[in-house]
Amino acid sequence: MQQAQFPLLSMIIFLPAIAGLVILALPANRREWIRWTALGTALFTLLLSILLYIAYDAESGGYQWVEGPIPWIPGLGASYFVGVDGISTPLVLLGALVVAFGIMVSWNVEDRPREFFSFIMFLGTSVLGVFSSLDLFMLFFFFELAVFPKFLMIAMWGYPKTREYGAMKLTLYLFLGSVISLVGVLAMYFAAGKNTFNMLELEQAGFPLAFQQAWFPVVFLGFAILGGIFPFHSWAPDGHVAAPTAVSMLLAGVEMKVGAFAALRVAIMMMPEGARAWAWLILILATINVVYGALIALVQTDFKYVIGFSSVSHMGLVLIGFATLSTEGLLGAGMQMFSHGVMTALFFAVVGMVYDRAHTRDIAQLGGLFRKMPVAAIGFIVAGLVSMGMPGFSGFMAEFPIFMGAWQVAPVVAIIAVLGVIVTAGYILLVVRRVFFGEIPPALDKTVGDVSTMDKIVVISLSAIMIALGWFPQALMAGMIHSGVQRIVALLGGA
Amino acid sequence: MLFQGSILSLILFIPTITAVILLFYPSDQRTAIRWTALAGSLISLALAVYMWFNFQPGSPDHYQFLESRDWYNVIGSSYILGVDGISLTMVLLTTLLTPLALLASFSIQERVKAYMILFLLLETGMLGVFMAIDLLLFFVFWEVGLVPMYFLIAQWGGQNRNYAALKFILYTMAGSLGLLLAVQLIGVTVGSFDLREITARWPRFDQTHTTLMGLPMSTVKSIAFWAFVVAFAIKVPVWPFHTWLPDAHTEAPTAGSMILAGVLLKLGAYGFLRLVLPLYPYQAAQYGMALAVLATLAILFGAWGAFGQDDFKRLVAYSSINHMGFVVLGIAAAALAAKSENAMLALNGAVLQMFNHGLYSAGMFFLVGVIYDRAHTRNLNDFGGIYALLPIYGSVLIFTSMASLGLPGLNGFISEFLVVRGAWPVVTVATAISMIGLFFTGAYTLKALKKVLHGPLNKRWAGHLTEMNTRELVVIAPLMVLILVIGLWPAWILDVINKAVLLWF
Repeated sequence: MQQAQFPLLSMIIFLPAIAGLVILALPANRREWIRWTALGTALFTLLLSILLYIAYDAESGGYQWVEGPIPWIPGLGASYFVGVDGISTPLVLLGALVVAFGIMVSWNVEDRPREFFSFIMFLGTSVLGVFSSLDLFMLFFFFELAVFPKFLMIAMWGYPKTREYGAMKLTLYLFLGSVISLVGVLAMYFAAGKNTFNMLELEQAGFPLAFQQAWFPVVFLGFAILGGIFPFHSWAPDGHVAAPTAVSMLLAGVEMKVGAFAALRVAIMMMPEGARAWAWLILILATINVVYGALIALVQTDFKYVIGFSSVSHMGLVLIGFATLSTEGLLGAGMQMFSHGVMTALFFAVVGMVYDRAHTRDIAQLGGLFRKMPVAAIGFIVAGLVSMGMPGFSGFMAEFPIFMGAWQVAPVVAIIAVLGVIVTAGYILLVVRRVFFGEIPPALDKTVGDVSTMDKIVVISLSAIMIALGWFPQALMAGMIHSGVQRIVALLGGA
Repeated sequence: MLFQGSILSLILFIPTITAVILLFYPSDQRTAIRWTALAGSLISLALAVYMWFNFQPGSPDHYQFLESRDWYNVIGSSYILGVDGISLTMVLLTTLLTPLALLASFSIQERVKAYMILFLLLETGMLGVFMAIDLLLFFVFWEVGLVPMYFLIAQWGGQNRNYAALKFILYTMAGSLGLLLAVQLIGVTVGSFDLREITARWPRFDQTHTTLMGLPMSTVKSIAFWAFVVAFAIKVPVWPFHTWLPDAHTEAPTAGSMILAGVLLKLGAYGFLRLVLPLYPYQAAQYGMALAVLATLAILFGAWGAFGQDDFKRLVAYSSINHMGFVVLGIAAAALAAKSENAMLALNGAVLQMFNHGLYSAGMFFLVGVIYDRAHTRNLNDFGGIYALLPIYGSVLIFTSMASLGLPGLNGFISEFLVVRGAWPVVTVATAISMIGLFFTGAYTLKALKKVLHGPLNKRWAGHLTEMNTRELVVIAPLMVLILVIGLWPAWILDVINKAVLLWF
């Protein structure tokens, strides 16, 4: 593990927060200054994370761009300690990507833009921090940092009818989750008895079998609530739908991965024996996620709820991949976290574009929008194809290894979960047809126009990423994730 | 040799590259868009012809023009392309029919750019299935072609297009789920998706492993066998999995129907030949009789279904079920009598029938499109006496129908005769009944000819119908030439098919 010569990772983590503070200091009526500061910083952060991604050496693997540990709260044993491996590098890229594109689709926010853009930047720092943390205390710190901006953004800029409800529900669920996992993490801290939160040391702590079996479900479940695990998933659709577009993109696209990533990083990697003992339960719950989420999405009449429930379904696949504890399954889960992040960000971006123009999300009142906004429609179709696991798109390349992993441990899970795929195909094709094709209602014909150039850049970039990953899975990403997975499999004891 | 080592990739991706180039054309430049699309598909055709002449039919290698590159190695899958005599024939068919279908689509006026792009992507999808020597890659191409076809039907189809398109894609996707699961199972068990390795190891797994996942190996393999069979049977389609076909074929735009009948149905039959027979020889022998019965039913019901139609296009659609039944009958016979003289004949017939049906079914759908463009109806009862008005069209239609009917001297006869000759000693009763089905083939074909061309002239057409134009004649001419050439001198193509079949089975 080599120390970074240049604090690239720290820059990626803290640039957004610094910009967030700067924006708060700007005069509220200077909208141009505000949004250009936000976008400029976000794009620069994105550029740095692309550099990080390219510079990551998958051949040697392990943690790279490591900074620290620098003592932070010595009494506790907490330190500033960051670094990325093959699993987290794509997630850092994902986080930076969604923050930048979230700002682009929110370009015309008129209500208190200063606070809006500032809060998005804080959210960015929060997720990027979690993905890069090598210190458990720090991970928690960043994890909780998101709560405040999330709550406020939903409650202030959300969908007026449900924003208070959605914000409260989401916050309470996630609070519950973090309290549960915090208890577990403290138990680990004391059981290790090393007076350190250094995650690499905790991995080597070798917790007793009984301890792992008792505490694994607590820690895993606490984090997995943010990952949308059944039956604690219901915050997700309500929260996603109530949130403004950019926050929906970040919540479903990145925050749910924060939960899944933390569950993997803390629960599975530090308590592998516990993971082995409880994998059956995760498999069952996650399989319910996949099928139940898809079935509920099928019957939604609200355009945005369809996508909200589809996230529940897709995150189930990530959790199945984790629970297989196999190379293929974990590899697929890593791919799926990135692929789903990009896909759902695009989904919510297009849903937002449609809502901003049609002022309704009732599927029955929409129709024929392809002619009005062809680029957005094609983007939605591409995301839909990714979502239904169509070969040639990133979703298939992620789901396929997950299913291969499932075959090795529980073939019945693969068989049931694959049924979720056909249901997904059903609801996606139906919603595409109803919203984008057919007759356009006369009221919409007059009012709806095409999306802006900035919107088009977002749609085209995200679509291109998913198609490229569908055809060059390993060259672009799977090789890197595989290097990270090998380390996890080693912690799990070979296999 | 030219393009050493990458000619298959070129044939495969030139349509995609053309499609990407088309993205940057302004939408209103319709003429430029059409000609560019056609040119792209013609380059693929030229390369395929070049490959045909450089192919070594007697070579002991199973696959020629092999290409192998890293792709998704961490899960055991590589980008491997190659062709043998069977897939080469199918590549030739695909690259031939696509430019003809594109030329037939020059009459499309609406959203020409999107149409041409989808069509070219469809060609890449179909070619990939025939070229892939990696099971995962095969599956990718198998599914990816559905997307452009779905949109071609849903956007440029007839009145019931939405229903037909959704039925088409859901039916095929649902059928492929079992295939997907079985592919994963094989990949996990064998540890590689390389078809050469799977073909060598998977059929003999019974001997090394008695159980797999707690089930007896033979049970697992039987289930996997049926998963493969259902996916391919839906695509062929074999009765009773055929119900998507009449809707999809009838609602698709003319060129879409040409490709659906001409190439997409062959993907299913090709799946049987490339995967089912080599990977499951024992199961195929065990269940071959069931397949033969289904094939016979497809031949009979396809013919009866066709006879009952009043819609010209629907009639032709049902005829595909009838004709593809002979392909499946040949495959079933070969499965039952593996490695015998009869099996060789039946398989030769089946592969040639795939090629032949591709020619005349594409021709028939095109001719239905020609008359529909003029009359705006496909109801057989509205026509009558058209021959007097359109003698050229009438002659072309009779010629193509005769090929489909199986007239000696034209291509359909040769392949159906080979199938029947090979299948007779193996599944005598089924073959005998299938030959009765041939009688009904004659009946529905003649019914269509009579209703359209002969009888008293329906007065409303006098002076309103125009003769086939040059573009339309250019589309049909290559098909007619090949129909006649194969009918009189099939050796040039049978030689390539036969040597491949001998090598494999």
